[in-house]
Amino acid sequence: MGIYVDAAREGIVLLRSGDLDVWGVVATSLRVSLTAAVLALALGIPAGYVLGTRRSFGRRAMLVLANAGMGLPPVVVGLVVAMTLSRRGPLGGLGLLYSRPAMIIAQTIIAFPVVAAVSAAAVAAVPRELRLQARSLGAGPVQEALLALSEARMGLVAAVAAGFGAIISEVGAVMMVGGNLAGETRVMTTAIVQYSRMGRYGAALALGAVLLFLVVMVNIALTGLQTSGERWERG
Amino acid sequence: MASPVSIGCEGLRLAFRGGFALDVPAFEVPAGTTSALLGPSGSGKSTLLHLLGLLEKPDAGRVLLGGRAVTSRDRDARLAMAAVFQRPWLARGTVADNVAYGLRLRGADTGGRRDAVERALGRVGLSGFGDRSVATLSGGESQRVALARALAVEPRVLLLDEPLASADPLLKRRLAREFADILRGESVTTLYVTHDQDEALVVADRIAVMNGGRIVAEGAADDVVGVPSDPWTASFLGVAPALLGTVVSSLDGLIEVDCGGATIAAVADVAVGSAVSLGVRPEDVLLFEPWSVPPVSSARNRLQAVVVEVTPRGATFQVGVDVGGVRLAASVSRAAVGELGLAPGSPVLAVFKATAVRVAHLSALAVP
Repeated sequence: MGIYVDAAREGIVLLRSGDLDVWGVVATSLRVSLTAAVLALALGIPAGYVLGTRRSFGRRAMLVLANAGMGLPPVVVGLVVAMTLSRRGPLGGLGLLYSRPAMIIAQTIIAFPVVAAVSAAAVAAVPRELRLQARSLGAGPVQEALLALSEARMGLVAAVAAGFGAIISEVGAVMMVGGNLAGETRVMTTAIVQYSRMGRYGAALALGAVLLFLVVMVNIALTGLQTSGERWERG
Repeated sequence: MASPVSIGCEGLRLAFRGGFALDVPAFEVPAGTTSALLGPSGSGKSTLLHLLGLLEKPDAGRVLLGGRAVTSRDRDARLAMAAVFQRPWLARGTVADNVAYGLRLRGADTGGRRDAVERALGRVGLSGFGDRSVATLSGGESQRVALARALAVEPRVLLLDEPLASADPLLKRRLAREFADILRGESVTTLYVTHDQDEALVVADRIAVMNGGRIVAEGAADDVVGVPSDPWTASFLGVAPALLGTVVSSLDGLIEVDCGGATIAAVADVAVGSAVSLGVRPEDVLLFEPWSVPPVSSARNRLQAVVVEVTPRGATFQVGVDVGGVRLAASVSRAAVGELGLAPGSPVLAVFKATAVRVAHLSALAVP
């Protein structure tokens, strides 16, 4: 038990003293993961709407792909993105490897199928007749989609939570394409790995606690959003 | 309210994979009237409503709005219509949000929306419900909100697809009367899909009966129900098939029609020698013991008949009788069946008024 107690004590001291560059690392993590989450939502929600509403053979195949994509290993995504952005890769000329944009690209790819699959399930649960009703009152395709997405908003909140959760805690891809450069591409997960390797368990645990706190806070906020909506609807 | 406009179709066809096909060569709901599409489940009435409402695309044919061919790409045509379905399909939010939905699509400003929502809720008897969450409404209230949502956009054509089918019988009767009053007050062109002929008679000016994807009878509500055009329609409506005959005398609006085995008096202005079709509602036919003398009344038709069948119809029995080869039906109470000893083969006296007989020229009837 000593190892845990000592590490926890050291972590608390480090967080209080401000010696550890916690907030710089946290800021980089949030900047990268929030940008990737927003991009994944912008791409994944429309894709989820199409997957959840269209009736075709192709839709079924795409749904299988999206669901399989939820289990996409981040390290594989990191590998492919790193190869693509490496000097010999097709996008090597952009010079993005070991930069924040590279990390954002990798995390967007990881979060996209998660957001698309959860959104598709949420939208598919909205009765087709409600969209028909909107059409019968004069709604065009975009207005019809907006109504369906609005009806599925509780499920979309889950898509946000799942997408953000999949990338804020991810380490393999950001390590491979970001390189864990201090002050540049070092995020909470890569910093935890580094401190652990160095045997600085106190620092690693302190960052782990901050990461856990952030994940819990985001989910408390999203769950609050869901339940307040449900409470209001029940009147 | 915008001026009503007729809606109809020409050569409309839509085939489904299972083999069912809708085929309606011509149909029209005249401007400002209510037409009911009546038929059993799966007869194609909702499909026809969807096609006329530009919610689905036909394989062939045209939808006509005010005589002009329109398609689902015609935004003005789509904005001229509004629909209410079997279930209210309200979106999450307040009653006012839902009623204002169509107005928002039409770009109405906030003030105009508020007034229109209040007016529409007032029309359906839900004034003051605007701020309520739709999750707190009863089934009847939800359906009235759905109607208010459609009325709020002041449509030129209103499409109602079995709007009362999920209501319980008591609520259904009350809402049918309320819907009829509201629709008459609005004078909007309305297509009302239902499988319930009582509901159709309460709400509609005209009725079209559908079977197997085709319209098999169409006309004024009383005529379609009173003089069924073919045996299937008669059976679906629960009445005896129409009687075919020739007018043998005509004097001061009273005619006598030879129907082959019986001569029936009716009130109509038809020339002698005309071929006509007659219909008598079972509720208008009284049965007595054959030797009895019916009470003094204006009933001109007193025919000796033989009971052919006695069929239970809920609280009443429908008794089929034969008058010299001519079939009539009478609706009789449970008690009367016992008192008269009605059974196949029993002789009875069938009595009904000349005014109870509906007369149609054969050429005026829709041919299935």
